[in-house]
Amino acid sequence: MTEINKVIFSNHDDSESASIESYINIGGYSAWKKIIDSPDQNTTREKIINEVKASGLRGRGGAGFPTGKKWSFMPNTGKQQYIVCNSDESEPGTCHDREILQRNPHALIEGMAIAGFAINATVGYNYVRGEFMEDCYLQIKKSLEEAYEYGFLGKNILNSNINFDLYNYLGAGAYICGEETGLLESLEGKQGKPRFKPPFPANFGLYGAPTTVNNTQTLATIPKIIEKGSKWYSSMGTEKSPGTIIFSVSGHINNPGNYELPLGISFNELMDISGGIIDGKELKAVIPGGSSTKVLPGHIISKCTMDYESLEEAGSSLGTGAVVVMAEGTCMVEMLKRISRFYYAESCGQCTPCREGTGWLYRILDRITKGQGLETDINLLIDVANRIEGNTICAFGDASAWPVQSFLHHYFEEFEFMIRNKGKSRAA
Amino acid sequence: METLLPKNITNTIDHWIQKFPQGKQRSAIIAALHAVQHHNKGFLTNDLLNQVADYIDVPKMNVYEVATFYSMFQTKPVGKHEIAVCNNISCMLRGSNEIIDHLEKKLRIGLGESTPDGNIFLKEEEECLAACTGAPMMMVDHIYIENLTIKKVDEILERLKKSND
Repeated sequence: MTEINKVIFSNHDDSESASIESYINIGGYSAWKKIIDSPDQNTTREKIINEVKASGLRGRGGAGFPTGKKWSFMPNTGKQQYIVCNSDESEPGTCHDREILQRNPHALIEGMAIAGFAINATVGYNYVRGEFMEDCYLQIKKSLEEAYEYGFLGKNILNSNINFDLYNYLGAGAYICGEETGLLESLEGKQGKPRFKPPFPANFGLYGAPTTVNNTQTLATIPKIIEKGSKWYSSMGTEKSPGTIIFSVSGHINNPGNYELPLGISFNELMDISGGIIDGKELKAVIPGGSSTKVLPGHIISKCTMDYESLEEAGSSLGTGAVVVMAEGTCMVEMLKRISRFYYAESCGQCTPCREGTGWLYRILDRITKGQGLETDINLLIDVANRIEGNTICAFGDASAWPVQSFLHHYFEEFEFMIRNKGKSRAA
Repeated sequence: METLLPKNITNTIDHWIQKFPQGKQRSAIIAALHAVQHHNKGFLTNDLLNQVADYIDVPKMNVYEVATFYSMFQTKPVGKHEIAVCNNISCMLRGSNEIIDHLEKKLRIGLGESTPDGNIFLKEEEECLAACTGAPMMMVDHIYIENLTIKKVDEILERLKKSND
């Protein structure tokens, strides 16, 4: 049986896992202290980035970009630079960052301090989604105060000449702020509309200064990599997808939950760990990495392992590791309609193909489910989706097109049936 | 004009302005609007937006842009208590449509509407609130309530009703 909760969640048997004492008990802040005590800070900086590169850690926010490489893009301008954490968790199906903020806040705080040091950023912002204000935000706020009290943050940290100030920030409800440049706009107090790239944030980020934006889970993984070494971390997972990831398993599953597991675990084992499909039903389909990733039929994903390569080969991707499970009987037209409504509601509106196209997609699907679908609607859906994909400033446009393309690819007959039978679902 | 921003609100705004570099006080708009909206029982008015702009010292348009972009800001009067039911995929698969139907029937209002006594605001269908493993779920005055059942919903409605009596 695969071991669970080895890195970020390693103290989850402790109900007080969020406390600084619990975190220190499992080695927390030892990596940061070692860095602070190091005699030659420039060498240490290089060592940290090399260690993170060697660990094979990739961004867990969905895009999977190698973290060490991202850090190495940061210049050293001698002026103010920033590290920003993306805790604007809102990819449908994904809820592990909320659990980190709630139960492992100090792993994130230490990770941000280390990242800030490595990329010459003396100020960090943790951008938390607004809806968390009375939820996990209260915990991360309290934990940040604790970290200051212990002297791990601030000016001249533990008499080392190292400065690092960290602030929490609250958004106000907009999925698009999870896109890193949209997030920076929002952090500047503007509408969260993504920027053209290049320039990338490493050159022109927050207030125009060099900035790195990393996801919560990515940053919370850093302390253990530095403490125990890249070899320890990459000994878990597979050669090409090293380490662990937190899967958020939801939908038609007996024990929905966040499970931290080695990458490369088989899909079937993940289902066993999550208690299997509800009511002993057959598996119909899975969205493997949040709603922006392509749906896979049960018989295809059952042969997959949960890592970057296997899911890409199967025609989808690992995304955020949000595994949404659908049992037999689920109507795929209704599912796609719901997903399309999401992209329609959340499009920021600055690019015409996305602003208009997502509305078209939703309205066509809506009329199909209401029995007013036309024979030509399937082609129209594909046409609209194809015209959004690749034609927008950010990846949101692609993310709105992929579900449409993949649902139609795998479940064409269900859409055809509903159109021909005036809104009757074939799945029921 | 009379100030609509009491001391505790301007203190909160000041606290947020401090988090940003000098001259970057625009970054505090979102936090200021959260504070002001909460103080005004759940929604923003033009007068409030104007006073926030003056207090932070940014053009009024900057504040209007933010107030109308983000889904947590209400620019029309709404009920005192906000109920927001998540109806994205994970919740939908676990019965959120039934929860919404039940709420609409019980409160005799549709999504996006408030009860005539001004007690409850049933927010537009909520997009994913990142509590998918506790589906179905909803937020009541920003408190997450997970693994909902019809019974649980009824208990909450009863509590909110009492708080209004």
